[in-house]
Amino acid sequence: MLCQACGKNPATTHVKTIINGELTEYSLCADCAQKMGYGNLFPGFGMNVGSLLSSFFGPQISSSPSLEVQRCPGCGSSFEDIARAGRVGCAECYHTFYDRLLPSIQKIHGNTKHCGKHPSGSMLKVKPEEGLQVMTENKVPSGETLLEEKRRLMKEAVEAQNFEEAAKLRDEIKELERGDQK
Amino acid sequence: MTKWYEKSGDQGDVILSTRIRLARNIKEYPFPGRLSLDQRQKVEKAVCGSVGQCMQLIGSPYRFINMEDISKTDAVSLVERHLVSPEFISDTRGRGLILSDDESVSIMINEEDHLRIQVMREGLALDQAYSVADKLDTLLNERLDFAFDERLGYLTQCPTNLGTGMRASLMLHLPALQESGVMGRVANSLSKLGLAIRGIYGEGSEPVGAIYQLSNQVTLGLSEKEAIENLGRIAMQLVSQERAARKTLSKNIETQDSICRSLGILQNARMLTNDEFMKLLSKIRIGISEGLIPNISYDKLNALMVRVQPATIMLPGGQTLSPAQRDVLRAKTVREALAPVG
Repeated sequence: MLCQACGKNPATTHVKTIINGELTEYSLCADCAQKMGYGNLFPGFGMNVGSLLSSFFGPQISSSPSLEVQRCPGCGSSFEDIARAGRVGCAECYHTFYDRLLPSIQKIHGNTKHCGKHPSGSMLKVKPEEGLQVMTENKVPSGETLLEEKRRLMKEAVEAQNFEEAAKLRDEIKELERGDQK
Repeated sequence: MTKWYEKSGDQGDVILSTRIRLARNIKEYPFPGRLSLDQRQKVEKAVCGSVGQCMQLIGSPYRFINMEDISKTDAVSLVERHLVSPEFISDTRGRGLILSDDESVSIMINEEDHLRIQVMREGLALDQAYSVADKLDTLLNERLDFAFDERLGYLTQCPTNLGTGMRASLMLHLPALQESGVMGRVANSLSKLGLAIRGIYGEGSEPVGAIYQLSNQVTLGLSEKEAIENLGRIAMQLVSQERAARKTLSKNIETQDSICRSLGILQNARMLTNDEFMKLLSKIRIGISEGLIPNISYDKLNALMVRVQPATIMLPGGQTLSPAQRDVLRAKTVREALAPVG
Protein backbone atom coordinates (compact mmCIF):
# COMPACT_ATOMS: atom_id res chain seq x y z
CA MET A 1 0.00 0.00 0.00
CA LEU A 2 1.26 3.44 -0.91
CA CYS A 3 1.43 6.40 1.47
CA GLN A 4 -1.85 8.31 1.37
CA ALA A 5 -0.15 11.67 1.83
CA CYS A 6 2.54 11.61 -0.89
CA GLY A 7 1.29 8.65 -2.93
CA LYS A 8 4.88 7.65 -3.68
CA ASN A 9 6.48 5.55 -0.97
CA PRO A 10 5.17 2.37 0.66
CA ALA A 11 3.14 3.05 3.81
CA THR A 12 4.58 1.82 7.10
CA THR A 13 2.73 3.82 9.76
CA HIS A 14 -1.00 3.43 10.30
CA VAL A 15 -2.91 6.14 12.09
CA LYS A 16 -6.51 5.98 13.28
CA THR A 17 -8.25 9.29 12.91
CA ILE A 18 -11.61 10.93 12.34
CA ILE A 19 -12.07 12.35 8.86
CA ASN A 20 -15.30 14.13 8.11
CA GLY A 21 -17.19 12.37 10.86
CA GLU A 22 -15.95 8.88 10.04
CA LEU A 23 -13.44 6.78 11.94
CA THR A 24 -10.74 6.14 9.36
CA GLU A 25 -7.37 4.48 9.34
CA TYR A 26 -4.88 6.03 7.02
CA SER A 27 -1.44 4.95 6.08
CA LEU A 28 1.72 6.97 5.77
CA CYS A 29 5.28 6.34 4.65
CA ALA A 30 8.05 6.93 7.17
CA ASP A 31 8.94 10.32 5.65
CA CYS A 32 5.41 11.70 5.72
CA ALA A 33 4.78 10.26 9.19
CA GLN A 34 7.87 12.06 10.40
CA LYS A 35 6.87 15.29 8.66
CA MET A 36 3.38 15.12 10.14
CA GLY A 37 4.64 14.52 13.64
CA TYR A 38 3.71 10.86 13.92
CA GLY A 39 7.33 9.82 14.05
CA ASN A 40 9.11 10.13 17.34
CA LEU A 41 12.66 10.72 18.36
CA PHE A 42 14.03 8.26 15.89
CA PRO A 43 13.57 9.00 12.23
CA GLY A 44 13.23 5.78 10.31
CA PHE A 45 11.51 3.85 13.04
CA GLY A 46 8.22 5.69 12.66
CA MET A 47 5.86 5.62 15.60
CA ASN A 48 5.61 1.88 15.59
CA VAL A 49 7.39 0.90 18.75
CA GLY A 50 6.76 -2.70 17.85
CA SER A 51 9.08 -2.47 14.91
CA LEU A 52 11.43 -0.37 17.00
CA LEU A 53 11.70 -3.04 19.66
CA SER A 54 11.86 -5.94 17.26
CA SER A 55 14.42 -4.33 14.97
CA PHE A 56 16.47 -3.52 18.02
CA PHE A 57 16.31 -6.97 19.47
CA GLY A 58 15.91 -8.93 16.27
CA PRO A 59 19.51 -10.02 15.75
CA GLN A 60 19.95 -10.76 19.43
CA ILE A 61 16.93 -13.04 19.49
CA SER A 62 17.86 -15.07 16.43
CA SER A 63 21.48 -15.51 17.52
CA SER A 64 20.50 -17.33 20.69
CA PRO A 65 18.07 -20.03 19.60
CA SER A 66 19.22 -22.42 22.32
CA LEU A 67 17.88 -20.09 25.01
CA GLU A 68 14.77 -21.44 26.68
CA VAL A 69 11.78 -19.14 26.32
CA GLN A 70 11.31 -17.15 29.48
CA ARG A 71 7.73 -16.16 30.30
CA CYS A 72 6.43 -13.46 32.59
CA PRO A 73 4.91 -15.07 35.70
CA GLY A 74 2.30 -12.28 35.77
CA CYS A 75 0.72 -12.64 32.33
CA GLY A 76 2.61 -15.37 30.46
CA SER A 77 4.10 -13.04 27.84
CA SER A 78 7.47 -13.94 26.40
CA PHE A 79 9.91 -11.22 25.51
CA GLU A 80 9.30 -12.02 21.85
CA ASP A 81 5.56 -11.39 22.35
CA ILE A 82 6.37 -7.96 23.74
CA ALA A 83 8.84 -7.08 21.00
CA ARG A 84 6.42 -8.19 18.29
CA ALA A 85 3.43 -6.26 19.66
CA GLY A 86 5.41 -3.25 20.86
CA ARG A 87 3.28 -3.54 23.98
CA VAL A 88 4.20 -4.83 27.38
CA GLY A 89 1.85 -7.45 28.86
CA CYS A 90 1.62 -6.40 32.49
CA ALA A 91 3.46 -4.54 35.23
CA GLU A 92 5.32 -7.71 36.19
CA CYS A 93 6.83 -7.94 32.65
CA TYR A 94 8.95 -4.89 33.44
CA HIS A 95 10.57 -6.80 36.30
CA THR A 96 10.87 -10.06 34.41
CA PHE A 97 12.43 -8.54 31.31
CA TYR A 98 13.99 -5.46 32.89
CA ASP A 99 17.47 -6.02 31.46
CA ARG A 100 16.22 -6.80 27.98
CA LEU A 101 13.79 -3.88 27.86
CA LEU A 102 16.26 -1.36 29.20
CA PRO A 103 18.17 -0.65 25.97
CA SER A 104 15.03 0.28 24.05
CA ILE A 105 13.71 2.32 26.98
CA GLN A 106 17.03 4.15 26.94
CA LYS A 107 16.62 4.67 23.22
CA ILE A 108 13.07 6.00 23.51
CA HIS A 109 13.63 8.39 26.40
CA GLY A 110 17.38 8.91 26.44
CA ASN A 111 17.14 7.98 30.09
CA THR A 112 16.24 5.02 32.28
CA LYS A 113 15.66 6.58 35.67
CA HIS A 114 12.31 7.98 36.73
CA CYS A 115 12.40 11.31 38.46
CA GLY A 116 8.94 12.62 39.02
CA LYS A 117 5.86 11.88 41.02
CA HIS A 118 5.94 8.95 43.43
CA PRO A 119 2.67 7.31 44.51
CA SER A 120 3.70 7.28 48.14
CA GLY A 121 4.25 11.02 47.93
CA SER A 122 7.98 10.72 48.59
CA MET A 123 8.52 13.94 46.66
CA LEU A 124 7.10 15.63 49.71
CA LYS A 125 9.87 15.73 52.24
CA VAL A 126 9.08 17.08 55.64
CA LYS A 127 11.73 19.03 57.46
CA PRO A 128 10.38 19.73 60.95
CA GLU A 129 12.01 23.17 61.17
CA GLU A 130 10.71 24.31 57.79
CA GLY A 131 7.40 22.54 57.58
CA LEU A 132 6.32 20.94 54.33
CA GLN A 133 8.68 21.45 51.44
CA VAL A 134 8.32 20.22 47.91
CA MET A 135 11.40 18.63 46.48
CA THR A 136 11.36 18.56 42.71
CA GLU A 137 14.23 16.17 42.27
CA ASN A 138 16.14 13.55 44.17
CA LYS A 139 19.56 15.12 43.84
CA VAL A 140 22.45 12.86 44.77
CA PRO A 141 24.78 14.95 46.90
CA SER A 142 27.96 12.91 46.65
CA GLY A 143 29.54 10.64 44.05
CA GLU A 144 27.61 12.53 41.41
CA THR A 145 30.42 12.99 38.94
CA LEU A 146 31.38 9.33 38.93
CA LEU A 147 27.75 8.32 38.63
CA GLU A 148 27.21 10.75 35.79
CA GLU A 149 30.28 9.49 33.99
CA LYS A 150 29.13 5.88 34.28
CA ARG A 151 25.69 6.83 33.05
CA ARG A 152 27.18 8.56 30.03
CA LEU A 153 29.42 5.59 29.29
CA MET A 154 26.45 3.25 29.60
CA LYS A 155 24.46 5.40 27.20
CA GLU A 156 27.32 5.31 24.71
CA ALA A 157 27.68 1.57 25.09
CA VAL A 158 23.96 1.12 24.45
CA GLU A 159 24.15 3.33 21.38
CA ALA A 160 27.05 1.28 20.08
CA GLN A 161 24.94 -1.83 20.84
CA ASN A 162 27.70 -3.01 23.15
CA PHE A 163 25.34 -4.66 25.58
CA GLU A 164 27.91 -6.55 27.64
CA GLU A 165 29.72 -3.37 28.52
CA ALA A 166 26.40 -1.60 29.13
CA ALA A 167 25.25 -4.33 31.51
CA LYS A 168 28.51 -4.14 33.43
CA LEU A 169 28.19 -0.37 33.76
CA ARG A 170 24.57 -0.69 34.77
CA ASP A 171 25.53 -2.97 37.66
CA GLU A 172 28.22 -0.52 38.74
CA ILE A 173 25.71 2.32 38.60
CA LYS A 174 23.24 0.33 40.68
CA GLU A 175 25.99 -0.30 43.21
CA LEU A 176 26.79 3.41 43.39
CA GLU A 177 23.14 4.36 43.73
CA ARG A 178 22.68 1.86 46.50
CA GLY A 179 25.73 3.27 48.29
CA ASP A 180 24.23 6.73 48.13
CA GLN A 181 20.97 5.71 49.65
CA LYS A 182 22.64 4.31 52.76
CA MET B 1 -23.32 24.44 31.87
CA THR B 2 -20.63 26.21 29.81
CA LYS B 3 -18.13 23.71 28.47
CA TRP B 4 -14.43 24.43 28.80
CA TYR B 5 -14.06 24.71 24.99
CA GLU B 6 -16.64 27.47 24.73
CA LYS B 7 -14.16 29.94 26.17
CA SER B 8 -10.77 31.33 25.22
CA GLY B 9 -7.86 31.70 27.60
CA ASP B 10 -4.34 32.98 28.12
CA GLN B 11 -2.45 33.54 24.81
CA GLY B 12 -5.80 32.78 23.15
CA ASP B 13 -4.79 34.35 19.81
CA VAL B 14 -2.43 31.42 19.19
CA ILE B 15 -2.96 28.82 21.94
CA LEU B 16 -6.43 27.32 21.75
CA SER B 17 -6.20 24.82 24.56
CA THR B 18 -4.11 22.85 27.02
CA ARG B 19 -4.36 19.17 27.81
CA ILE B 20 -2.68 17.05 30.47
CA ARG B 21 -3.04 13.31 30.24
CA LEU B 22 -1.80 10.77 32.78
CA ALA B 23 -1.48 7.07 31.98
CA ARG B 24 -2.10 4.78 34.95
CA ASN B 25 -2.61 1.05 35.42
CA ILE B 26 -3.99 -0.97 38.28
CA LYS B 27 -1.30 -3.29 39.63
CA GLU B 28 -3.34 -6.45 39.95
CA TYR B 29 -4.56 -6.61 36.35
CA PRO B 30 -2.58 -7.19 33.13
CA PHE B 31 -2.47 -4.20 30.77
CA PRO B 32 -5.58 -3.73 28.54
CA GLY B 33 -4.07 -5.54 25.53
CA ARG B 34 -4.00 -8.72 27.63
CA LEU B 35 -7.34 -8.32 29.42
CA SER B 36 -10.28 -10.62 28.77
CA LEU B 37 -13.66 -8.94 28.38
CA ASP B 38 -14.54 -10.12 31.87
CA GLN B 39 -11.39 -8.55 33.30
CA ARG B 40 -12.01 -5.33 31.38
CA GLN B 41 -15.37 -5.09 33.07
CA LYS B 42 -13.74 -5.71 36.45
CA VAL B 43 -11.27 -2.87 35.82
CA GLU B 44 -14.15 -0.64 34.79
CA LYS B 45 -16.02 -1.54 37.94
CA ALA B 46 -13.00 -0.90 40.16
CA VAL B 47 -12.47 2.54 38.61
CA CYS B 48 -16.15 3.46 38.81
CA GLY B 49 -16.28 2.34 42.42
CA SER B 50 -13.49 4.73 43.39
CA VAL B 51 -14.03 7.66 41.11
CA GLY B 52 -17.20 9.10 42.66
CA GLN B 53 -15.61 10.37 45.86
CA CYS B 54 -12.54 11.62 43.98
CA MET B 55 -14.54 13.70 41.51
CA GLN B 56 -16.53 15.08 44.43
CA LEU B 57 -13.32 16.05 46.22
CA ILE B 58 -12.04 17.98 43.19
CA GLY B 59 -15.47 19.59 42.86
CA SER B 60 -16.45 18.12 39.49
CA PRO B 61 -19.93 16.70 39.03
CA TYR B 62 -19.66 13.97 36.41
CA ARG B 63 -21.38 11.17 34.55
CA PHE B 64 -20.29 7.72 33.45
CA ILE B 65 -20.67 6.76 29.80
CA ASN B 66 -20.55 3.10 28.86
CA MET B 67 -19.02 3.23 25.39
CA GLU B 68 -20.98 0.16 24.30
CA ASP B 69 -24.25 1.98 24.90
CA ILE B 70 -23.77 5.10 22.80
CA SER B 71 -24.36 5.67 19.09
CA LYS B 72 -21.60 5.99 16.54
CA THR B 73 -22.37 9.69 16.13
CA ASP B 74 -22.08 10.25 19.88
CA ALA B 75 -18.77 8.40 19.92
CA VAL B 76 -17.30 10.36 17.01
CA SER B 77 -18.46 13.58 18.60
CA LEU B 78 -16.46 12.67 21.73
CA VAL B 79 -13.37 12.51 19.53
CA GLU B 80 -14.24 15.82 17.88
CA ARG B 81 -14.49 17.38 21.33
CA HIS B 82 -11.02 15.91 22.11
CA LEU B 83 -12.40 13.88 25.01
CA VAL B 84 -11.39 10.46 23.72
CA SER B 85 -8.95 9.12 21.13
CA PRO B 86 -9.98 7.63 17.77
CA GLU B 87 -8.46 4.38 19.03
CA PHE B 88 -10.84 4.42 22.01
CA ILE B 89 -13.97 4.34 19.84
CA SER B 90 -12.60 1.82 17.31
CA ASP B 91 -13.45 -1.00 19.73
CA THR B 92 -15.86 -0.08 22.50
CA ARG B 93 -16.08 -3.42 24.33
CA GLY B 94 -15.41 -3.07 28.04
CA ARG B 95 -14.57 0.58 27.66
CA GLY B 96 -16.05 3.44 29.63
CA LEU B 97 -15.67 7.17 30.05
CA ILE B 98 -15.92 9.32 33.15
CA LEU B 99 -16.82 12.85 32.06
CA SER B 100 -17.20 15.97 34.18
CA ASP B 101 -20.19 18.21 33.43
CA ASP B 102 -18.05 20.99 31.93
CA GLU B 103 -16.15 18.26 30.00
CA SER B 104 -12.79 19.52 31.27
CA VAL B 105 -12.02 16.37 33.27
CA SER B 106 -12.32 12.92 31.80
CA ILE B 107 -11.02 9.43 32.42
CA MET B 108 -10.87 6.89 29.62
CA ILE B 109 -11.15 3.40 31.07
CA ASN B 110 -9.37 0.57 29.25
CA GLU B 111 -7.88 2.55 26.42
CA GLU B 112 -4.19 1.75 25.95
CA ASP B 113 -3.84 1.83 29.73
CA HIS B 114 -6.43 1.07 32.42
CA LEU B 115 -6.85 4.76 33.13
CA ARG B 116 -6.13 7.78 31.04
CA ILE B 117 -6.80 10.78 33.26
CA GLN B 118 -7.28 13.87 31.17
CA VAL B 119 -7.70 17.52 32.07
CA MET B 120 -8.39 20.20 29.47
CA ARG B 121 -8.27 23.97 29.77
CA GLU B 122 -8.78 26.85 27.36
CA GLY B 123 -5.64 28.76 26.29
CA LEU B 124 -2.26 28.23 27.91
CA ALA B 125 -2.84 26.72 31.36
CA LEU B 126 -0.33 23.93 31.85
CA ASP B 127 0.17 24.45 35.59
CA GLN B 128 -3.54 24.72 36.35
CA ALA B 129 -4.41 21.67 34.28
CA TYR B 130 -1.57 19.63 35.79
CA SER B 131 -2.54 20.55 39.30
CA VAL B 132 -6.07 19.19 38.77
CA ALA B 133 -4.78 16.01 37.10
CA ASP B 134 -2.21 15.52 39.86
CA LYS B 135 -4.82 15.91 42.58
CA LEU B 136 -7.23 13.49 40.92
CA ASP B 137 -4.41 11.00 40.40
CA THR B 138 -3.37 11.19 44.06
CA LEU B 139 -6.96 10.70 45.22
CA LEU B 140 -7.48 7.75 42.88
CA ASN B 141 -4.22 6.17 43.98
CA GLU B 142 -5.45 6.21 47.58
CA ARG B 143 -8.22 3.88 46.42
CA LEU B 144 -6.58 1.98 43.54
CA ASP B 145 -3.11 0.48 43.66
CA PHE B 146 -1.28 1.87 40.60
CA ALA B 147 1.57 -0.06 39.00
CA PHE B 148 4.80 1.75 39.84
CA ASP B 149 8.48 0.89 39.81
CA GLU B 150 11.17 2.84 41.66
CA ARG B 151 13.41 2.91 38.59
CA LEU B 152 10.91 3.16 35.75
CA GLY B 153 8.15 5.17 37.42
CA TYR B 154 4.53 4.55 36.46
CA LEU B 155 4.33 1.37 34.39
CA THR B 156 2.45 1.63 31.12
CA GLN B 157 1.52 -0.73 28.33
CA CYS B 158 3.67 1.14 25.85
CA PRO B 159 7.24 1.94 26.98
CA THR B 160 6.90 5.39 25.38
CA ASN B 161 4.77 6.49 28.37
CA LEU B 162 6.94 5.09 31.18
CA GLY B 163 8.03 7.34 34.02
CA THR B 164 5.60 10.15 34.67
CA GLY B 165 3.04 8.69 32.25
CA MET B 166 2.30 12.31 31.48
CA ARG B 167 1.62 13.72 28.06
CA ALA B 168 1.11 17.48 28.08
CA SER B 169 -0.14 19.05 24.89
CA LEU B 170 -1.07 22.44 23.56
CA MET B 171 -3.33 23.09 20.62
CA LEU B 172 -1.80 25.88 18.57
CA HIS B 173 -3.09 27.94 15.67
CA LEU B 174 -0.08 28.62 13.44
CA PRO B 175 -1.37 29.89 10.08
CA ALA B 176 1.41 32.40 9.45
CA LEU B 177 4.18 29.90 10.19
CA GLN B 178 2.43 27.35 8.00
CA GLU B 179 2.07 29.92 5.22
CA SER B 180 5.77 30.75 5.36
CA GLY B 181 6.59 27.07 4.85
CA VAL B 182 8.73 26.55 7.94
CA MET B 183 6.62 23.93 9.75
CA GLY B 184 8.64 20.98 8.43
CA ARG B 185 11.81 22.50 9.80
CA VAL B 186 10.13 23.42 13.08
CA ALA B 187 8.88 19.84 13.49
CA ASN B 188 12.36 18.52 12.87
CA SER B 189 14.07 20.69 15.44
CA LEU B 190 11.32 20.09 18.00
CA SER B 191 11.80 16.35 17.73
CA LYS B 192 15.42 16.85 18.79
CA LEU B 193 14.15 18.63 21.89
CA GLY B 194 11.94 15.71 22.84
CA LEU B 195 8.74 17.35 21.60
CA ALA B 196 6.41 16.52 18.73
CA ILE B 197 4.17 18.76 16.69
CA ARG B 198 1.46 17.54 14.37
CA GLY B 199 -1.62 18.70 12.54
CA ILE B 200 -4.96 17.96 14.13
CA TYR B 201 -7.52 18.34 11.38
CA GLY B 202 -7.33 16.93 7.89
CA GLU B 203 -5.40 14.08 6.37
CA GLY B 204 -2.91 15.86 4.14
CA SER B 205 0.54 16.98 5.13
CA GLU B 206 -0.80 20.53 5.50
CA PRO B 207 -3.25 20.45 8.39
CA VAL B 208 -6.58 22.07 7.55
CA GLY B 209 -7.05 25.32 9.44
CA ALA B 210 -3.39 25.37 10.54
CA ILE B 211 -4.19 23.82 13.92
CA TYR B 212 -1.34 21.87 15.45
CA GLN B 213 -0.77 19.90 18.59
CA LEU B 214 2.52 20.33 20.42
CA SER B 215 3.35 17.72 23.05
CA ASN B 216 6.18 16.26 25.08
CA GLN B 217 7.53 12.87 23.99
CA VAL B 218 9.96 12.10 26.79
CA THR B 219 8.33 10.90 30.01
CA LEU B 220 11.24 9.16 31.72
CA GLY B 221 14.06 11.04 33.41
CA LEU B 222 12.21 14.35 33.54
CA SER B 223 9.87 15.39 36.33
CA GLU B 224 6.35 16.53 35.49
CA LYS B 225 7.35 20.07 36.39
CA GLU B 226 10.39 20.06 34.11
CA ALA B 227 8.42 18.58 31.21
CA ILE B 228 5.71 21.20 31.57
CA GLU B 229 8.16 24.09 31.87
CA ASN B 230 10.05 22.86 28.83
CA LEU B 231 6.86 22.56 26.78
CA GLY B 232 5.56 25.95 27.91
CA ARG B 233 8.83 27.70 27.12
CA ILE B 234 9.04 26.30 23.61
CA ALA B 235 5.36 26.98 22.98
CA MET B 236 5.92 30.63 23.88
CA GLN B 237 8.77 30.82 21.37
CA LEU B 238 6.45 29.49 18.69
CA VAL B 239 3.79 31.95 19.80
CA SER B 240 6.10 34.94 19.39
CA GLN B 241 7.33 33.68 16.01
CA GLU B 242 3.77 33.18 14.87
CA ARG B 243 2.80 36.68 16.02
CA ALA B 244 5.73 38.25 14.19
CA ALA B 245 4.91 36.30 11.03
CA ARG B 246 1.26 37.41 11.26
CA LYS B 247 2.31 41.05 11.48
CA THR B 248 4.34 40.74 8.29
CA LEU B 249 1.71 38.69 6.51
CA SER B 250 -1.18 41.01 7.33
CA LYS B 251 0.57 44.08 5.87
CA ASN B 252 -0.02 42.54 2.48
CA ILE B 253 -3.20 43.88 0.87
CA GLU B 254 -3.88 40.51 -0.73
CA THR B 255 -3.85 38.84 2.68
CA GLN B 256 -6.16 41.54 4.06
CA ASP B 257 -8.48 41.00 1.12
CA SER B 258 -8.52 37.27 1.64
CA ILE B 259 -9.23 37.63 5.39
CA CYS B 260 -12.13 40.02 4.87
CA ARG B 261 -13.58 37.96 2.02
CA SER B 262 -13.46 34.90 4.30
CA LEU B 263 -15.75 36.65 6.74
CA GLY B 264 -18.05 37.51 3.84
CA ILE B 265 -18.30 33.85 2.86
CA LEU B 266 -18.93 32.64 6.41
CA GLN B 267 -21.66 35.27 6.89
CA ASN B 268 -23.39 34.42 3.63
CA ALA B 269 -22.71 30.88 2.49
CA ARG B 270 -25.63 28.46 2.19
CA MET B 271 -23.45 25.35 2.23
CA LEU B 272 -20.13 24.85 4.00
CA THR B 273 -18.01 21.71 4.13
CA ASN B 274 -16.04 21.26 7.31
CA ASP B 275 -12.75 21.71 5.47
CA GLU B 276 -13.85 24.99 3.95
CA PHE B 277 -15.17 26.15 7.30
CA MET B 278 -11.88 25.32 9.04
CA LYS B 279 -9.85 27.15 6.37
CA LEU B 280 -12.02 30.26 6.57
CA LEU B 281 -12.10 30.16 10.36
CA SER B 282 -8.31 30.20 10.35
CA LYS B 283 -8.38 33.44 8.34
CA ILE B 284 -10.93 35.00 10.69
CA ARG B 285 -8.71 34.25 13.67
CA ILE B 286 -5.81 36.11 12.01
CA GLY B 287 -8.23 38.91 11.16
CA ILE B 288 -9.12 39.30 14.84
CA SER B 289 -5.54 39.21 16.08
CA GLU B 290 -4.42 41.76 13.47
CA GLY B 291 -7.34 44.09 14.12
CA LEU B 292 -8.99 43.59 10.74
CA ILE B 293 -12.14 42.03 12.14
CA PRO B 294 -13.81 43.70 15.13
CA ASN B 295 -16.75 42.44 17.18
CA ILE B 296 -16.03 38.73 16.98
CA SER B 297 -14.51 37.01 20.02
CA TYR B 298 -12.24 33.98 20.19
CA ASP B 299 -14.72 32.50 22.70
CA LYS B 300 -17.39 32.50 20.05
CA LEU B 301 -15.09 30.94 17.44
CA ASN B 302 -13.85 28.25 19.83
CA ALA B 303 -17.39 27.22 20.66
CA LEU B 304 -18.43 27.35 16.99
CA MET B 305 -15.48 25.25 15.87
CA VAL B 306 -16.57 22.36 18.08
CA ARG B 307 -20.29 22.81 17.44
CA VAL B 308 -20.14 22.40 13.65
CA GLN B 309 -17.81 19.38 13.47
CA PRO B 310 -19.39 16.63 11.31
CA ALA B 311 -20.72 14.40 14.10
CA THR B 312 -21.21 17.05 16.78
CA ILE B 313 -23.41 19.13 14.49
CA MET B 314 -25.93 16.25 14.32
CA LEU B 315 -26.27 15.89 18.10
CA PRO B 316 -28.86 18.62 18.87
CA GLY B 317 -31.25 17.39 16.15
CA GLY B 318 -30.68 13.76 17.06
CA GLN B 319 -30.90 12.75 13.41
CA THR B 320 -28.38 11.29 11.02
CA LEU B 321 -27.79 13.76 8.21
CA SER B 322 -26.16 13.29 4.81
CA PRO B 323 -22.93 15.23 4.20
CA ALA B 324 -24.86 17.73 2.04
CA GLN B 325 -27.51 18.24 4.74
CA ARG B 326 -24.75 18.79 7.26
CA ASP B 327 -23.15 21.40 5.00
CA VAL B 328 -26.45 23.29 4.85
CA LEU B 329 -26.89 23.12 8.62
CA ARG B 330 -23.26 24.13 9.17
CA ALA B 331 -23.66 27.19 6.94
CA LYS B 332 -26.83 28.18 8.79
CA THR B 333 -25.23 27.76 12.23
CA VAL B 334 -22.17 29.76 11.21
CA ARG B 335 -24.28 32.49 9.56
CA GLU B 336 -26.30 32.95 12.71
CA ALA B 337 -23.27 32.96 14.99
CA LEU B 338 -21.32 35.46 12.90
CA ALA B 339 -24.19 37.71 11.78
CA PRO B 340 -23.07 41.36 11.56
CA VAL B 341 -24.02 43.32 14.67
CA GLY B 342 -26.68 46.03 14.29
